Amino acid sequence: MTDTAWIDAALTSARPQAVGALLRYFRNLDTAEEAFQNACLRALKSWPQNGPPRDAAAWLIMVGRNVAIDDIRRSRKQEPLPEDDAISDLGDAEEEIAERLDGSHYRDDILRLLFICCHPDLPATQQIALALRIVSGLTVKQIARAFLVSEAAMEQRITRAKARVAKADVPFETPGAMERSERLASVAAMVYLIFNEGYSASGDTAELRAPLSEEAIRLARLLLRLFQSEPEIMGLTSLLLLQHARAAARFDADGAFVLLDDQDRSLWNQKMIAEGLALIDKAMRHRRSGPYQVQAAIAALHARAAKPEDTDWAQIDLLYGALEVMQPSPVVTLNRSVAVSKARGAEAALEMIEPLGERLSNYFHYFGVRGAYLMQLGRHEEARVAFDRAIALANTSAEAAHIRMHLDRLMRDSQSPSSKISKK
Amino acid sequence: MLYAILCYHDEDLVGSWSREHDASVMEKLAVVHEKLKQQGRLGPVARLLPTTAATTLRKENPPVVIDGPYAETKEQLLGFYLVDCENLDQAVDVARDLGEANPGGAYEVRPVGVFLPGSTGAAKGSIKGSAKA
Repeated sequence: MTDTAWIDAALTSARPQAVGALLRYFRNLDTAEEAFQNACLRALKSWPQNGPPRDAAAWLIMVGRNVAIDDIRRSRKQEPLPEDDAISDLGDAEEEIAERLDGSHYRDDILRLLFICCHPDLPATQQIALALRIVSGLTVKQIARAFLVSEAAMEQRITRAKARVAKADVPFETPGAMERSERLASVAAMVYLIFNEGYSASGDTAELRAPLSEEAIRLARLLLRLFQSEPEIMGLTSLLLLQHARAAARFDADGAFVLLDDQDRSLWNQKMIAEGLALIDKAMRHRRSGPYQVQAAIAALHARAAKPEDTDWAQIDLLYGALEVMQPSPVVTLNRSVAVSKARGAEAALEMIEPLGERLSNYFHYFGVRGAYLMQLGRHEEARVAFDRAIALANTSAEAAHIRMHLDRLMRDSQSPSSKISKK
Repeated sequence: MLYAILCYHDEDLVGSWSREHDASVMEKLAVVHEKLKQQGRLGPVARLLPTTAATTLRKENPPVVIDGPYAETKEQLLGFYLVDCENLDQAVDVARDLGEANPGGAYEVRPVGVFLPGSTGAAKGSIKGSAKA
């Protein structure tokens, strides 16, 4: 019997809880990880013969703890190893530890594990790499692939991040309500970062990075199960699902980016959309709005439109208005202007983004969007200048290719006799 | 006699299935569904959305709506309804009405992700025969 897929799945799903509990016990990340690894090795040996334990996480926590304690003893006294069977004989012990794994405890264990990865001294990329390694259990190789760096470089990055976290004061006492909600907010932001690492990839890298988006969704669902009544966590999970539902339609066969309006909506994942819509619906009953909920509500309006022209742009405009109040940012205003251009026309949209020019002077999307409005208004020369600037600022070849497409159209549209002469 | 077959599994585990694994399981299930359908014995089939999408109405006096699935083990599953609603608010209102008629216990309200109407000899004429995914 070589089919161990069910064991892999069980180990993956038990990992955050098990490593979180082992960390609380040993108060050292390396020891906790090693203990978990050892427990997994024993699971691979024991589970195929004995079948899965009733509570996989409890089994792994106990075995991991025992093995680690034995290791410590052994290194101290140089005593012979205990018999394998003695450690694996878990009958009653499993039940005992399962009882101690009450809900609130393991909730804080997992939150702590995620929270230490969000250490403010760590740059975002290191936070993400650390979380993917420690919480999600991706291999260094998998993470390196997603970040397009060598395995050695990623190994070093994670080792450094771990060393920094180890020096920091990890708070092991049970957090108060206020502290818990602050931790939850940091962790939610990190989960969104992980998602965006996958979502913002394009072309060749999109395939490599898609697992990051999926992992972020898994983590968001995990948070939601732990904090069932938090509307912002419902909003976050909904937002990720609704955005990821469009993954298959976002790039064409050549890897070029496809705008929302031009996407083949039959490629949207209806299962994810159903779940995303259900979650935002549930969140809004709480009447405690927040940025994730508003963004999810916007994504929901897109998801509900069977055709682009069915989109409720006026409502999207209002929602972006609410988001501007919660999270004032020129990028939010820029996004809002797209809804404004659909609901009220390009002139109103252009007027809205005019004041942003200074702050977004190095932002690719600003010039792409600005060029599009100018083109719609027939101000072709100004549009061309904006598109040229956008190409200069493009982050990926897909972005540049997309703008070039606009430029080509602009050239075709402006092939009046006079412009022909002046061009060549 | 109609029998309900209720599906239980570890949600974390099923949630971490790869897309390929999920698809292969669904494919194998479809073979079993098809056989039953041919014999006119397959009634409605529903795949529920995860428990994270669940809301529970405790039928106390007054009734209390809480987020999350019904987690108690002292009561037993006695039946279920499928209702077509605009949104969760409407579904919770339906549950409230039902709860007023029949107080005590709880209703867990869970959106349905996939629904195959099915058709059986026992319910002929009352359920549309065509299945849609």
